[in-house]
Amino acid sequence: MKTTGILAAALLASTALGASAETLRWARAGDSLTLDPHAQNEGPTHTLAHQIYEPLIIRDVTGAPEAALATDWAPSPDDPTVWVFNLRQGVKFHGGEDFTAEDVKFSIERAQSEDSDMKELLNSITEVRVVDDHTVEFVTDGPNPILPANLTNLFMMDKGWAEANDSVEVQDVEGGETTFAATNTNGTGAYKLVSREPDVRTVLERNEEYWGMDQFPMEVTRIEYTPIQNAATRVAALLSGEVDFIQDVPVQDLGRVAETENLTVKTAPQNRTIFFGLNVGADDLDSDDVEGKNPLASPQVREAMNLAINREAIQQVVMRGQSAPAGMIAPPFVNGWTAEMDAIETDVDAARALMEEAGYGDGFSIQLDCPNDRYVNDEAICQAAVGMLAQIGITVNLDAKPKAQHFPLISNGETDFYMLGWGVPTYDSAYVFNFLIHTRGDERGSWNATGYSNPELDEMIVSLESETDLEARNETIASIWEVVQEEQLYLPIHHQVLNWGMTDAVGTEVSPEDDPKVKYFSMN
Amino acid sequence: MLAYIIRRIGQSILVLFVVGLVAFSMFRFVGDPVDNMLGQERTQADVERLREQLGLDQPFVVQYYKFLEQAVQGNFGLSYRQGRPVAEILLERAPATLELAFVSGLLALAGGIGLGIYTAIRRRGISANAIMTLSLVGVSLPTFLIGILLIYLFSVELGWLPSFGRGEVVDLGWWTTGFLTVSGLKALILPAITLGLYQMTLIMRLVRTEMLEVLRMDYIRFARARGIREKSVNFRHALKNTLVPVITITGLQLGSIIAFAIITETVFQWPGVGLLFINAIQFVDIPVMAAYLMLISVMFVGINLIVDMLYFAIDPRLRVDRTAGGH
Repeated sequence: MKTTGILAAALLASTALGASAETLRWARAGDSLTLDPHAQNEGPTHTLAHQIYEPLIIRDVTGAPEAALATDWAPSPDDPTVWVFNLRQGVKFHGGEDFTAEDVKFSIERAQSEDSDMKELLNSITEVRVVDDHTVEFVTDGPNPILPANLTNLFMMDKGWAEANDSVEVQDVEGGETTFAATNTNGTGAYKLVSREPDVRTVLERNEEYWGMDQFPMEVTRIEYTPIQNAATRVAALLSGEVDFIQDVPVQDLGRVAETENLTVKTAPQNRTIFFGLNVGADDLDSDDVEGKNPLASPQVREAMNLAINREAIQQVVMRGQSAPAGMIAPPFVNGWTAEMDAIETDVDAARALMEEAGYGDGFSIQLDCPNDRYVNDEAICQAAVGMLAQIGITVNLDAKPKAQHFPLISNGETDFYMLGWGVPTYDSAYVFNFLIHTRGDERGSWNATGYSNPELDEMIVSLESETDLEARNETIASIWEVVQEEQLYLPIHHQVLNWGMTDAVGTEVSPEDDPKVKYFSMN
Repeated sequence: MLAYIIRRIGQSILVLFVVGLVAFSMFRFVGDPVDNMLGQERTQADVERLREQLGLDQPFVVQYYKFLEQAVQGNFGLSYRQGRPVAEILLERAPATLELAFVSGLLALAGGIGLGIYTAIRRRGISANAIMTLSLVGVSLPTFLIGILLIYLFSVELGWLPSFGRGEVVDLGWWTTGFLTVSGLKALILPAITLGLYQMTLIMRLVRTEMLEVLRMDYIRFARARGIREKSVNFRHALKNTLVPVITITGLQLGSIIAFAIITETVFQWPGVGLLFINAIQFVDIPVMAAYLMLISVMFVGINLIVDMLYFAIDPRLRVDRTAGGH
């Protein structure tokens, strides 16, 4: 009886699909915040922008860089501080304007302006030179071998359109301005915006004049994108055939979706690692019960904590298998990652011995700050860690809060022991070092709340920016990692795993950035 | 009566002022919007610049004063999250919530009064007792659970009704309505039941109790003794006299239907102001939170005012008492 029902529903669904042929009804938890491509540096916002706008270089479904609006790029043979980009010819914006080097110059400069959220990725660019209509040169303040990796979410706008519509400035929320570009688009991308109601529904249609019509599957002709915040409702919408594709499938529902006829779950490691940070730099901690000393400053204690955390148990029990236990704080896609460093070890007896050795045989207590709405099962991971650390005598008081309250603790350095997750959009270790390892200062180390400062290491980190010899650069990366692993400022937990649920008709792999680009999708 | 209304309006303005003050003193406990507004690559200098521009570095009283100053001119500022004027966003979202509240209010009122009368008159019948028992479910189950159960049954298993959203809406320029399309009406059913169920059982139980009380009164007995038809006794004589408390409760509950549609809207991804408010809290979107809270308190105060005035219309004794008392 039930099977017939499902079959009938499947039949209905397939006829419905047949009628509207290649419409992709797509849902995920959050909506894009703005259509202005430079105003927010944030996942769902970039994901929507990727359908409409294009960067010079794009990451394909596997995360590998691919030519988009630039056809090729290389450092200038004469001057290592100049990158030369050759642009794709014959590309038109949705409004019919030609895409030229002037647009690139305009877009980069717009993204560098004060109200842009993308400006930090372009710090090193001092000038954009237009050589001819289809060649631009980026002048950097020193040789910058990894500049192209910073351009994969940097979208190109039409200069004339932005000027005509008073959108030269990036949307400036704080200044009380709203711009035309925040609610309207004119990109070169594979899909054109048809209508948008923020938080409700966004409809896109295939751009029939797209330059890549023959290069990519381009089988989806229409996209209906709906944010559905509640996880149970999102799954229900997929199960009932109201949507074809969802991101953020909750781990407890994976089995249910996978067992349903006509539906598939696809899984892939995400470009994000979850870990705990330790305040190693302070002389005394506020949240512990040790007077006049900082237990976390002791390398043995950190080593002991590292050994006490049973990552496999967290993977099996908390994550229901949906994670990859981690021994380092960078995911496997990242240049500098090695399997040896990512290996894990649990040894509670050795950990107890180390605690004894460090003079904390009786243990101590400390507060763990944890978000409860940011990462997959974040609070449950922290709860598991509390139990594991109790085995070596550390009494952990867990304080789990919404992300809006948790992250300021890290920015303001008001936490001694905290959870953080880190993705690496540039796919290079330098990004990890700049934000998490370098001494906290104005330019770098903004997410380093460990109080750790090692001038020698800082120098090495800064040198990565201008080292053009890639081999030498990789060696430096390896030796920085060696110190980081040795010091154990962070206790890695796991690399997150992404789950996308879809009907059998939808053909796509899971992209490590959680940013589906529909031009790569096939539809049966 | 005029003096009474003027006094009530004065009190209402005071209440609004205090609500705003309390709200603003709470915002900094919700979190820091700056981290959400800037990307993860932000520098400390960016954070400080933005905090200063938004005036977040100032005491909450100053922030509140600035908000009021702008608000009385009809300017609620820009949403931190969407970068669009808050007033525009609220106007865009209000129809969804109001239509949902209207339908569930209607459902609660019609269902509640109908079933209340039925269970009062047939108080020993099996079906009346069954209804009474079932109504316990409505009172005790949390809203989100009812919503999820309905979705599971009617969307996933039966596939009759949509699990999320508002369906197709018709844009009338200043109002978007889901009443004019089939998918819009279908989309209304589950959220309206979810939202109205609690109110319905509440009204039903209230009407039943009041009815039972009234039916015991002497004038009902005399009416029966006079040979007036049962129908007329029940509906003309008894029902009318049970309505005063029902109106009070309905009025207050209508306010809470709108205000607490938050959970239902989240479960069904209903694009109303409740969902907007939830998103605003998660993002620490202070302008939206402030405007929403003010709007809700204006509404509550307004509804209370109207309910008070309705008493005058329904219960002549109040009018007599007031004038006689010389107030």
